[in-house]
Amino acid sequence: MTDLLDILANPSFWVAVLRIATPLILGTLGVLLCERAGVLNLGIEGIMVAGAFTGWLAVYAGAPLWVGVGVAALTGMVFGLLHAFLTVGLALSQHVSGLGITLLATALSYFGYRVSFPKVNTPPTITPFAPMDWLPVPILNAQTALTLFALLLVPVVGWVLYRTPLGLALRMAGENPQAAESQGVSVAATRTGAIVAGSALMGMAGSFLTLSAFNAFFFNMVNGRGWICVALVVFASWRPGKALLGALLFAFFDALQLRLQQSGDAVLPYQLYLMLPYLLSILALVLVARKASYPQALMKPYRKGER
Amino acid sequence: MRLERRHETSRAALVLAPIGAVAFTMAVSALLVLWAGAPVGRTYALLLQGGFGSVFAWSETLTRAIPLILTGLAATVAFKARLFNIGAEGQLYAGALAAVAVGGMHGGTGFELSPWLLFPLMMLAAAVAGALMLLGPALMKNKLGVDEVVTTLLINFIVLLGVSALLDGPMKDPTAMGWPQSVSLQSDLELGKLIAQTRVHTGLLWAVSLAVIVWALFKYTVLGFDIRAVGANARAAAFAGVPVTRTVVMVALLSGALAGLAGAIEVAGRTSYVTLDMSPGYGYTGIVIAMLAGLHPLGVIAAGVFVAGVLVGADTMSRAVGVPTYIADVIVAASLIAVLVATLLTQYRVRMKK
Repeated sequence: MTDLLDILANPSFWVAVLRIATPLILGTLGVLLCERAGVLNLGIEGIMVAGAFTGWLAVYAGAPLWVGVGVAALTGMVFGLLHAFLTVGLALSQHVSGLGITLLATALSYFGYRVSFPKVNTPPTITPFAPMDWLPVPILNAQTALTLFALLLVPVVGWVLYRTPLGLALRMAGENPQAAESQGVSVAATRTGAIVAGSALMGMAGSFLTLSAFNAFFFNMVNGRGWICVALVVFASWRPGKALLGALLFAFFDALQLRLQQSGDAVLPYQLYLMLPYLLSILALVLVARKASYPQALMKPYRKGER
Repeated sequence: MRLERRHETSRAALVLAPIGAVAFTMAVSALLVLWAGAPVGRTYALLLQGGFGSVFAWSETLTRAIPLILTGLAATVAFKARLFNIGAEGQLYAGALAAVAVGGMHGGTGFELSPWLLFPLMMLAAAVAGALMLLGPALMKNKLGVDEVVTTLLINFIVLLGVSALLDGPMKDPTAMGWPQSVSLQSDLELGKLIAQTRVHTGLLWAVSLAVIVWALFKYTVLGFDIRAVGANARAAAFAGVPVTRTVVMVALLSGALAGLAGAIEVAGRTSYVTLDMSPGYGYTGIVIAMLAGLHPLGVIAAGVFVAGVLVGADTMSRAVGVPTYIADVIVAASLIAVLVATLLTQYRVRMKK
């Protein structure tokens, strides 16, 4: 028990929590935007891989770090457009399209990495974002600007969703597309925009891994973080504030699991600690399921003039 | 842009759509070959040759096709009922582990069974293990409305970590020089070779027979009808008196069992023990195969052999001209998307207008 208190009293633990939470915050906000407009985006896992790769590649080729983040966002937007074309334009299964995009984006990234670096054994590195040590706020000053950006994005997304006509149109497209259309809102355009914007955030979430958390691109570096974001959106009942809370809570347990593993006197095999985040996600899904307020038109394709 | 339903779709269009889509994908992927700085014609020729150009190539392709046909069937059964089982990867490992637990753990305990009894027991254990992995998500979907895609995906990670823990501990082979590898099956439980001097084993007969059984099940049984009804429209099916929950449970058990058998047959036919890298994503590739086959159980055989050939051929090709093997994954994933679009075009006409 004192061990646990020691861990919690150590600021470096909370630094780790915030760091682990950052890609989850960005990714969850991305999924949230798509789903609020009525489209599930299971492409997130692959889009994160692609963002991690292209963002890193741009910086490796000499671009400034923020340009790398922009390239990652742009990569996300391209895959988002593809997803929008398939699910909004052609009304294909959102599940299958998303999975297809995950497989494609992952395979393309790995292919691109191997073509660019055919014969390297140690992954080439870049100089990642530096911590904001000029900031007079403890814990936050050990983070990079990308984390601050993710944190600031939460109120921005909330404001757009609930306080602007754009947000209203987006929510209507996800709740009642017929009504939206009768109000003169183009459901197809709104959904496409939401998917593209959400996918840009997913790409940026990936770039955090290569441009801030690490300084290189590895195979399997996303490792299910995208799926966790999909679970976190349900946990958050599709609300940005709760999404931040969920990401932090999740990161808390992930960081705790890491410390318990490192403390050496772990009684259980380390794999059981690693399972915790996934078990927790399923538990969260079950607990929230009953009162979950799904966007009513989620996963329902909308065709103008039908019904 | 809007879609108009076609009144009829010819059978030829249904068969030609996936073929055309794959051809389109190969043409677009040629850009990647150029990027890698290799000659397109030679690269594709080597890919085909490596997958289908010799008895050895065919034997390797068919070996690789066995688990793919089975996970493809697992996805087909589930997707027909709109149960999006993305957990075949975990179910495969659960099946493989159960097979080894039954067929490899009893040595030295004085507990002996005839292989005639032990083999079916081993396969049954694998099927049950795989089925149980999917039962939870299916019930959570049906009773609580929890999206099964996310739960089955998350369970994949949990199962793999569980396998990792068991391979480090209770099921570790003490003679494996420290490698995380399970004990081996006793040798009389291993599947025989189909062609001498190659790796193709009689698991191929299992995979093909199961495809035929699933096809017959869909075509000739009440359960098959119920599955299709639930998949088409669960609410209408319930209204028409189809036992929806029972059907979904049956689908989950069947789909999970098929993926579990994929694991057991890999162990019995190829590896004889479980390692953490025994499947390079067969569970996920199975989804693509089911889609390429248009969710037709017999089409799964053809799609499985095709995808296996591309994956095997890519290895040979990569060694010869240095294009990364990941091109095979790109082709498989892009084919999935192209086939979806092509199938849609057989059912709808795209009208461009203001």
